[in-house]
Amino acid sequence: MSLVVSNLSVDHGAIRAVSGVSFTVESGKIAAIIGSNGAGKTTLLRTLSGLKSATHGSAQWNDHDLFSVKPEFNVRHGIAHVGEGKSVIAELSVEENLHLGAIWRKNKKEMKSTQLDVIELFPILGERIKQRADTLSGGERQMLAIGRALMSRPQLLLLDEPSLGLAPLVIEQIFQTIKSLRDQMSLTVVLVEQNALGALEIADTGIALNLGKVVVAGSAQSLLNDPAVRAAYLGY
Amino acid sequence: MYKFISSLLIGLSLGAIYSLMSISLVLVWRSTRVVNFAQAGQAIVSTYIAYEVVNRTGSFWLAFIVAILAGALLGAIVDRYFMRPLFKRVTTGPIVAIAPVVATLGLLGILRAIVGFIWGVELKPIAAPVSLDGYSLGSEVLPFAPYNALVILIVAIVLIVLSLLFQKTNLGLSLRASAFSPEIARLSGVRVNEIRTLGWAIAGAAGAIAGILATPTSYLSPNSLDILLVFGFAAAVIGGLESMVGAVVGGLVLGLGVTFVSNYVSTSLIFPTAFVFLIVILLVRPSGIVAGKRSRRA
Ligand SMILES: Nc1ncnc2c1ncn2[C@@H]1O[C@H](COP(=O)(O)OP(=O)(O)OP(=O)(O)O)[C@@H](O)[C@H]1O
Ligand SMILES: [Mg+2]
Repeated sequence: MSLVVSNLSVDHGAIRAVSGVSFTVESGKIAAIIGSNGAGKTTLLRTLSGLKSATHGSAQWNDHDLFSVKPEFNVRHGIAHVGEGKSVIAELSVEENLHLGAIWRKNKKEMKSTQLDVIELFPILGERIKQRADTLSGGERQMLAIGRALMSRPQLLLLDEPSLGLAPLVIEQIFQTIKSLRDQMSLTVVLVEQNALGALEIADTGIALNLGKVVVAGSAQSLLNDPAVRAAYLGY
Repeated sequence: MYKFISSLLIGLSLGAIYSLMSISLVLVWRSTRVVNFAQAGQAIVSTYIAYEVVNRTGSFWLAFIVAILAGALLGAIVDRYFMRPLFKRVTTGPIVAIAPVVATLGLLGILRAIVGFIWGVELKPIAAPVSLDGYSLGSEVLPFAPYNALVILIVAIVLIVLSLLFQKTNLGLSLRASAFSPEIARLSGVRVNEIRTLGWAIAGAAGAIAGILATPTSYLSPNSLDILLVFGFAAAVIGGLESMVGAVVGGLVLGLGVTFVSNYVSTSLIFPTAFVFLIVILLVRPSGIVAGKRSRRA
């Protein structure tokens, strides 16, 4: 049980955004992928979920080849992707956004019980359930985006910068929730972050990307202690 | 007073038909970002098919059902075998913005030509299922007839069905999600391409209903529904192009406006009225009359 990415390269036209990237994430672990603007983090995640096609390389989640199907079918294999920048549908209500996440399962009863679980995780969504998503605060929107992904009952969660643009207290809450998803639901998480410190603190392993290449990889602890990583990404 | 009431009722039944055409354009616009000028062509084909059914069986209602099915099928075909390949091929350059316009206008021309080739250009009637003679009010005979009442009733039913479909069902949620954010819909497991084709089918069905309802009070010819396209488009823009509620409000405003102007001022002002409405709305409220916090709902 693991996510295995090997020798992955992805191009945007003439630009190579991801270049020969390999890594493994064991089931039930959090892998933090850190790197500055333009490092290729978003491109990597979009390729894993199938939104973008790979130029070379492969990615397997257990027995499933991630590149063999479109994104709408990857979600049926337990893979949920929360896109960069509070990925919710503004025109829909909170409840509709949540229902959307479970829509392919075609099981109303299961959907209702999953919704209760998600609201237990993010009680504020329960209070806002009938409101349009664009009336939510930034933090609430990010919770809704994650909640929408959880509604599909995934095993592998791909998160693209969930802390982006949020206040420190809210960031802390989001990171703690991600940690609890691993600890209580044994979810496997690929956590893309510019907030390297916060991400590495909850992660099991860490990968630093620069210009599309892996520059350092190892246990999260080893990255936190690595002087080069500290200088480049942690700022101390 | 009599003139006022009759203008109001006639305006409503006219506006109801504009609303359906307008909804049809809005559904396609918000899912595909294409103003489907071919909708008038699709509706003319389904209406000619309805004409054949009425001729052979004498049943307006059978023809009505057949027209809906034909309109839906045509809508699906246009998306699946015309728009989808077009968007796949044409991906860069200034042509991207203009290609769908050229394609749908071209398709309108082709569909009209096919219809003209098969049925000729002379005017064909479709008999109304109920009387076209106006109700009488004392000694006066209103222009408002049982058929106009029937049109309002049918459109009301269609609107209720559509709003239940869009607001209350999983299919409706998929349709809205795919239109507003195809990427998030896709990541949620919605088969966006198929759903979009289904959206075109629903739009095609709405356009087909508009076509067959508009015909008994006039005649059928290869371009007899072009006016409906123009008014439907104006109504859609008045309603803000994104919202089904806006489409209906736009259609009713236009239907009432046109009827009052032609009854109180001059019939020759019908077309200018539509464009005056359109331009005033574009200048004053470019996002449409129902724009606001909840406008993109529905
Ligand atoms: N759609 C695109 N078309 C062309 N180039 C792109 C596209 N998306 C990304 N790129 C380029 O690919 C490289 C990697 O971008 P990517 O968005 O993956 O970085 P990132 O690590 O997510 O950055 P950030 O932290 O700012 O989100 C950048 O050079 C970027 O300009
Ligand atoms: Mg990014």
